[in-house]
Amino acid sequence: MIRQDSKTLLEVRGLRATVNGIEILKGMDLTVKSGEVHAIMGPNGSGKSTFAKVLAGHPAYVVTGGTVLFEGKDLFALAPEERARAGLFLGFQYPIEIPGVANAQFLRLAYNTVQTQRGKDELDPLEFDDFVREKMKLLEMNPDFLDRSVNEGFSGGEKKRNEILQMALLEPRVAILDETDSGLDIDALRIVAGGVNQLANKDNAIVLVTHYQRLLNYIEPDYVHVTEAGRIIKTGPKALALELESRGYDWVSAEHGAGAAV
Amino acid sequence: MTAAVKSDFLATLLAGRPPADGGDAMSRLRARAIERAGALTVPNTRDEDWRFTDISPLTKLSLHPIATATALGATDIQPFLLADAPCRLVFVDGIYAPQLSTPASGAVSVSSLFAAQSSPLVAAQLGRLAAFEHNAFTALNTSFVSDGACVLLSRGAEAPQTVHLLFIATRNDVACHPRCLVVAGAGSRATVIEDYVALNDGAALTNAVGEFALEDDAQLTHIRVQRESAAAFHIGHTAVSLARGSRYHGVNVSFGARLSRYNLEVVQTAEGGECEIGGLALVDGNRHADTHTTIDHTMPHGVSRQSHKCIVGGSAHAVFNGRIVVRKGAQQTNSAQSSRNLLLSDRARVDTKPQLEIFADDVKCAHGATVGQLESDEVFYLQSRGLSDAVARSLLTFAFGAEILRSIPSAELRRRLEQLVLAQTERT
Repeated sequence: MIRQDSKTLLEVRGLRATVNGIEILKGMDLTVKSGEVHAIMGPNGSGKSTFAKVLAGHPAYVVTGGTVLFEGKDLFALAPEERARAGLFLGFQYPIEIPGVANAQFLRLAYNTVQTQRGKDELDPLEFDDFVREKMKLLEMNPDFLDRSVNEGFSGGEKKRNEILQMALLEPRVAILDETDSGLDIDALRIVAGGVNQLANKDNAIVLVTHYQRLLNYIEPDYVHVTEAGRIIKTGPKALALELESRGYDWVSAEHGAGAAV
Repeated sequence: MTAAVKSDFLATLLAGRPPADGGDAMSRLRARAIERAGALTVPNTRDEDWRFTDISPLTKLSLHPIATATALGATDIQPFLLADAPCRLVFVDGIYAPQLSTPASGAVSVSSLFAAQSSPLVAAQLGRLAAFEHNAFTALNTSFVSDGACVLLSRGAEAPQTVHLLFIATRNDVACHPRCLVVAGAGSRATVIEDYVALNDGAALTNAVGEFALEDDAQLTHIRVQRESAAAFHIGHTAVSLARGSRYHGVNVSFGARLSRYNLEVVQTAEGGECEIGGLALVDGNRHADTHTTIDHTMPHGVSRQSHKCIVGGSAHAVFNGRIVVRKGAQQTNSAQSSRNLLLSDRARVDTKPQLEIFADDVKCAHGATVGQLESDEVFYLQSRGLSDAVARSLLTFAFGAEILRSIPSAELRRRLEQLVLAQTERT
C-alpha cells in the first residue's frame, strides 16, 4: 500500500550489468518504499530475472554501472550473505535441491544466522521446531517437509512454498520473488499468494517478478513496471497489468519507441 | 634394488608370525599363506592395480609385530562405544580384549575366532573367500591368522542387536593384521559394524581382512568404518559371497589414514543375489585414499547398486576403481554404478575408473562418473539465506557425504561420522 509516512527501502539508479560479457541490464531505475508491492513484468529476456539476481548478488553477473541503495546503504558493498542479513530476500525461480541436508536443519541454520546478526537470540532445535511449524501453517505445509532433504523431490508448488516459508522466517525488509508463480497450479498459487499477503506489512516491501498477470489477481501491486531490453520502459497502476494481459507487450514497446523518438 | 627392499619389508613383517606347525585348520591355513607370502612381493605402481597408489612411504617404515597387548580400560574405549550397538567385540592392536567385549552365543554367535575355531563353519569358511594367491597383504594377514572376530548366524537367526567389531590402534611403528569372519546362515539377518579407530597418532600399519559368506536368502548389512589416525597406513580387504536370493548392504567409509587402500570383492554365486554398496572417502592434506571394488555376477538375475563418493581437499589424492563383471551365464543382471567426486581445492586430485566387463547379452548395466567442485548456484542459494561462503561450502560438502552416511542404521555412528565430515570440511 502506498503511504505518506513510508521509508525508501530500495533505490536503484541506472543499473547496468553483464553476464559472460553480454550486457543484460542497461540502466534500470526503481524506487521501492515501505508498505509497497511492486510487480516487474516483461517479455522473456527483458532482464527482469537478471535484475532480481543482481540485487541478491549472484556471482555470475557483473555490475558495470549505476547505484543501488538499500535503506540508504550501498548494496554492492555487501556480500550476498550480508545482503540477506540486512533484510534483502530473493525467492528463487528454481530453488536448489540439497540432498543430505534436512530442511529443518537448513531453515534453523539460516534463521539463527540472520537472528544473530540482528542481535537476537538463537533458537535451539526444539524451540525452532515449534516456531517453524507455526509458520508452516501459513502456507498449509505438511510438517513432514521438515524432515526431508532441502527441496529434494519437492514438487514445483512445494518448492515455492518452501521459499515463502524461508521468507516468513527471515522477515526481510525487501522480498524479491522471482517467478514465484511459475509451475504452480491454481490451488498452490492461492496458498503461496495468501502466504505472501500475510507477510506483507507497512514496514516491508515486496517486488514480484512475473511474466503473467495471474499472480496479481492474488497479490495486488501498487505499481506495475514493464521491462524491455534491460530497462523499465513503463510504470503504471495495477490496471496496467490487466491491459498487458489483454493486449500483450508490443504496444508498450511501440509507445516507448514513439516517445523516445519525440 | 627396490624389489629386494620390498621383499625385506614382507620378510621382516613375516618374522613375527605365530607358528604354523599345528595340525588344526588355522595352522594349516597359516602354513599355506606363509608359503605364498614368501613368494610374493609387495605391489608397486607398475602393477595396473596399484598404478595410482604408491605404497613406498609404507614399505620404508620399520614396523614391529605386536609382542604384548596394550591394556585398555573401559574409559579408554568409551569414546568409541555405540549405545545402539551394545553387542561388541574389542580388539586392541589386533589382539582380542575379552574384558572389554560383550560376546554372544547361541543362534547368533559373536565371539573371538579363537573361541569359535572348533566350529565346522570356521574350518570350512576361513580363508575360503579372501584369496591370497596374488595378494601379498592378504597372504601376510592370513600368515598371522590365529584370532579375530567371528559372527556366526544359524539358519533363520535374526541378530537382535547391531554387532560392533571395534579395532583400536594404540601403538606407533607396529603392524597388526585384524581378521573378521561372518557366516550368515540361510534366511538369517544381521547388521555388523566393522570399525577401525585409533588412540595413537603416529605411523602404524593395519592390514585387515574380512570374509562375509551369505547363504541362501540371508540379509546382511555391513558398515565398515576406517577412522584411524592421519598418520596411519590402512590396507583392507573384504570378500563377500552371495548365495541364492541373499542380500548384502555394505557401506564403506574411509576418513582416516595417511594412506589407505580398500579392496572390496563381492561374488554373486547363485541366482538372484543382490548387493547395495555405498562408499565415502574423505581425504585432505597430503593424504591418499584408494578404493578398489569388484562386483562379480556369475549367475542370472543378480542385482547390484553401487554409489561411491570421494571428497578431496588440500593436495590429497583419492582413487576409485569400480569393476563390474557380468559373466556369460549371468543373464538378466541389473547393475548400476556411480562414482561422484568433489574436489575442494585446485591441488586435490581424484582418479576414478568404472570398469565394466560384460559377457552376457541380456543385461542392464549403467555407470557414470563425475568429478567436480561445488556448484556456484548452490553456494549462492545458501548465501542468499544469510550463510557465509565458508559455511555454505561446508554445508554442501557435508550434504555430499551425508547422502552415503544416511543409510547407516546406527544413528549414533551416523551422527559421529557426520561430525567428522563437518569438522574436516570446516578445516579445508
